[in-house]
Amino acid sequence: MASAINILNASTLEDERLEGISQAVGQVFGLRTSVTPAQLNLDRAFDASRGQYNSTALLAQLLQASGGMDEKRIAVVSVDLFIPVLTFVFGEAQLNGIAAVVSFHRLANPFYGMAPDDSSTWKRLEKEIVHELGHTFGLYHCHQFECVMRSSTYVEEIDLKLGSLCTDCQRKLAGIR
Amino acid sequence: MNANPALLVVDDEQVVRDSLSKWFREDGFVVGTAANAAEALQQLQGRKWDILLLDIKMPGMDGMELQQRIKEIDSGATIIFITAHATVDTAVKALKEGAFDYVTKPVDPDYLSHLVTNALKQRNLANENLKLKEQITEFSKADDIVGDSAQMQKVYELIQTVAKTDTTVMIRGESGTGKELIARAIHSNSSRRYFPIVAVNCGAMAEGVLESELFGHERGAFTGAQYRRKGKLELSDGGTLFLDEIGNIDMKTQMDLLRVIETKQFARVGGNDIIRVDFRVICATNKDLEKAVAEGTFREDLYYRLNVFSVFIPPLRERKGDIPVLANYFVQKYNRAMGKQITSISPEAMDTIVRYNWPGNVRELENAIERAMVVGKPPAIKPEDLPYQLTEKNHVLPAGSLAGMEKAHIASVLDQNRWNISRSAEILQIDRVTLYNKIEKYGLKKPNAG
Repeated sequence: MASAINILNASTLEDERLEGISQAVGQVFGLRTSVTPAQLNLDRAFDASRGQYNSTALLAQLLQASGGMDEKRIAVVSVDLFIPVLTFVFGEAQLNGIAAVVSFHRLANPFYGMAPDDSSTWKRLEKEIVHELGHTFGLYHCHQFECVMRSSTYVEEIDLKLGSLCTDCQRKLAGIR
Repeated sequence: MNANPALLVVDDEQVVRDSLSKWFREDGFVVGTAANAAEALQQLQGRKWDILLLDIKMPGMDGMELQQRIKEIDSGATIIFITAHATVDTAVKALKEGAFDYVTKPVDPDYLSHLVTNALKQRNLANENLKLKEQITEFSKADDIVGDSAQMQKVYELIQTVAKTDTTVMIRGESGTGKELIARAIHSNSSRRYFPIVAVNCGAMAEGVLESELFGHERGAFTGAQYRRKGKLELSDGGTLFLDEIGNIDMKTQMDLLRVIETKQFARVGGNDIIRVDFRVICATNKDLEKAVAEGTFREDLYYRLNVFSVFIPPLRERKGDIPVLANYFVQKYNRAMGKQITSISPEAMDTIVRYNWPGNVRELENAIERAMVVGKPPAIKPEDLPYQLTEKNHVLPAGSLAGMEKAHIASVLDQNRWNISRSAEILQIDRVTLYNKIEKYGLKKPNAG
């Protein structure tokens, strides 16, 4: 059973930026959450033919990294992620496992040709971190409109949902833990 | 979406299988994987898969051939091709052979998500449609046709024989024998049962009205035609057109009907647009059509067009064995409808019912039972609950014995001659004393004589 969450910063963001997010994440899962620098070799996950980074390869690195099995770890990266069959992913998680990775590359407005809006970006990042961590706790996608576990394939969908779990997912999480 | 829809990923690349299965597991799918066609076919033996994601280029049997094999096992399988080697030819071929869709790797996650959601919705609708069709089949069973007699068994056989075909059927029988029920039974056992059966009572309408009723009319076709109206022919498209009392239609409508039955196309009254329809014709009559043809009041060509397959329903008096079965059936039917707890017919009342001639056939029997159910008291129908004419002696059939026939005949002659004894005795060719003796013997009483 997990007793802590570790947010591994492998991005261009300052750790302090992630500290605020980590508090919100910790509240959702009721676990101590910390931010530490990540020791990830992004180059090893780079696919030159696509110009993107293979999220499954990054997950494999996270699993090899030292750390207890009672700790959920999620790496935050600023590079564009993909899995081989899809054009991109916001993140990837080990379902009912310990590791996840999330990217904010496609979460910021400028990617879509819009004016920067940092508060939106951080809110989206927080939701995606909670979402991917939810998978590591064994939660599936939820059909509740505002639940953070609702599947999102574009940023507007992330904006529509809340940063928290619906009562159904909370009940499931309590049952799992 | 189902609680746990099942999805099978068939791809020779491990990384594709892994990433797709992970992606869909997070969505709550039960996901299976197969590295080649042989493994996929093996997986299909084990369980039913809602969606199959197939790669096209695989070692051994390719995705196209696999699709054919899958369709042999499960013709309703929902297949989506995901391939890195897209060409227009393969896409066209895949879709022609029944694939739900065809996407190229890498696929946009939003697109894939919607594609699979839509495929599931379509599959669920198809399943729901199938269930509803089964329910229609169940509901449309013509359970109002009751009768165990050899004559009715023959009718059932004819219904089963002709229902599977698209042949025009002519149902013959006296009024009240249940010709429309037979028509509905033929329709509900045919492949047209999911489309309507539209009944037209040709005998109940005047010439112009019938024409408008059958063919419909355009706005302004005649005084009062304020709106365009579809006719019964159009409404029966895909289904069955039941023409009741076909022997009563006028010559002009006969000619129009012949043309539309032969060409399956017509124009609305007051319109020029040709409307094509696909319907089966079942008609019914209690008239002697052969005589009408001989007399020139019914077109011979229409007669031959309609009288392809004939079903004759015998009158109730010729199948006495069916009367108790039918009577009890109607008691149960009206008991359910009225909730009066009348569940049977007393032996005396049943004897009266069986001995009656039933000139109005099953319809008259049903009406008599309905009336008895209204006036009667639980638990059984008694003779006094039955309509007056059933207990009238001149309508009661001889019980079959010579004495019974004699009683009925004497009573009939007396009634016809207003109980004039001399006149009746003369007609019966017996003397007056013998007639008095027989009146006493059979307990015959002069009406209003107390």
